[in-house]
Amino acid sequence: MPLRLYQPTTIMIKILKYSFYDLMRSRWSYVYFLFYLLLGFVLLFLNNELSKAVITLMNVIIVLVPLIGIIFGVMYYYNSKEFTELLLAQPIKRSSIFLGQYFGVAGSLTVSLVLGLGIPFILYGLFQSNAIWDFSLLLITGAFLTLIFTAVAFNIALANENKIKGFGYAVLAWLFLAVIYDGLFLMSLIVFEDYPLDNLSLIATMFNPIDLSRTLILLKLDISALLGYTGAIFKQFFGTNLGLFMSIFMLFLWTIIPIWRLGYVSKRKDF
Amino acid sequence: MIQVENLHKKFGKNVVLAELELHIDQGGIFAVLGPNGSGKTTLIKTVLGMVLPNKGTISVMDSSVRDKWKYRQDINYLPQIANFPGNLKVKELIAMIKDIRQKPSDELKLIGLFGLESFLDKKLSNLSGGTKQKVNIVLAFMFNSPLIILDEPTNGLDPLALIRLKELIFEEKAKGKTFLITSHIMQFVEEVSDQIVYLLEGKIYFKGSIEELKTKTGQSNFEHAIAAISTHNNHD
Repeated sequence: MPLRLYQPTTIMIKILKYSFYDLMRSRWSYVYFLFYLLLGFVLLFLNNELSKAVITLMNVIIVLVPLIGIIFGVMYYYNSKEFTELLLAQPIKRSSIFLGQYFGVAGSLTVSLVLGLGIPFILYGLFQSNAIWDFSLLLITGAFLTLIFTAVAFNIALANENKIKGFGYAVLAWLFLAVIYDGLFLMSLIVFEDYPLDNLSLIATMFNPIDLSRTLILLKLDISALLGYTGAIFKQFFGTNLGLFMSIFMLFLWTIIPIWRLGYVSKRKDF
Repeated sequence: MIQVENLHKKFGKNVVLAELELHIDQGGIFAVLGPNGSGKTTLIKTVLGMVLPNKGTISVMDSSVRDKWKYRQDINYLPQIANFPGNLKVKELIAMIKDIRQKPSDELKLIGLFGLESFLDKKLSNLSGGTKQKVNIVLAFMFNSPLIILDEPTNGLDPLALIRLKELIFEEKAKGKTFLITSHIMQFVEEVSDQIVYLLEGKIYFKGSIEELKTKTGQSNFEHAIAAISTHNNHD
């Protein structure tokens, strides 16, 4: 009977496939794709240099990808509610349904991001440039951020029957991680400036996927000198193999924990 | 077919089902009735495993449903609101459900029966409410399962489709299938059902045939008998 054991996984892949096709045909995926396509061309046209365009792009991606991921995830969950109910009545494991839908959304967003930015950069001669590694890291971080924030979105939507509340919490979560967290972080640095804060700031960075991604890319781009003393500390940590490993590991944790929670909560919920 | 024992379910502080006992034998059409908010849909959803009970056991075809999913292979379900992913075409949706269930199906006969041929290549978001309900019915009837659960099957149907639906129900019943149906259309219930299960305040208040209900309430009209049974309780 070993074949039967794999059945939930194959069904999950089927649901993933259908959610993905469904989204790939929706207008919003194209809007998202075209936006990145346009952004890529405009940045390359304005900067006239690949590595500079990568930095500008980072600033956009780090803020925008989480916002799109979290809003799109919540939207998709609420929009497919009745359809989810139809699937729940089928002989399918619950986790297969939600994980399938989740990977469908996160997958289609990632495809829009990678193709939308990839096409202009490749046309501009990315493969002949040494910015290719920076650019790849940027896309990998973008993919991670999409996975993380879509999973957070599904968690928020699962916990809130009320759409308005769900959207509210989603926007708040994004606002907190993208803006407020940094503000609190900076304030704590000023308030406690008499104390050694190197480890605290390292740890604080680890607990916010947006900060983590930003630090990772900035250090890879080797402009940490601009960051002064803190930059040096960060470079000492993130610049090493251990630092790189640790931060990628943290991004993995940030991805896996909400996905795991998604499966756990969906098993115990009434529909 | 279905055994429900000591079923409790509450949402927050609101007790929806309390000490509910229900035994449904194989074969025949059981109409689950009751005033709004009496727990009809909740009862159906606990049988389907979509709502998890606080207490009590439910078994379908002699196996407990708790934390299980394979037993749903033997159930066809028509949900109350027919809403599907808008970007899929009708035939893609049908193919998808077939792909998920991996069971022989006879959707072609049903598509012909409800005149859906010209809609197969249309996107679901472009269909009217009634046409969506027809697609919903095709999905619910295309597999051969011993238990069929219909939640408000008449919603939005035109008279011809309604006649076809009744024919379909009788045809499947003749094959020995068991039906659980909820409906607000008493004329439809009277025409199709063999047994009435009347829910009130989370309990089975009455279970029996339409004739028994009429005798119990002293009404000759079914619609009045149903009305009488709910008001009767208030004077107790």
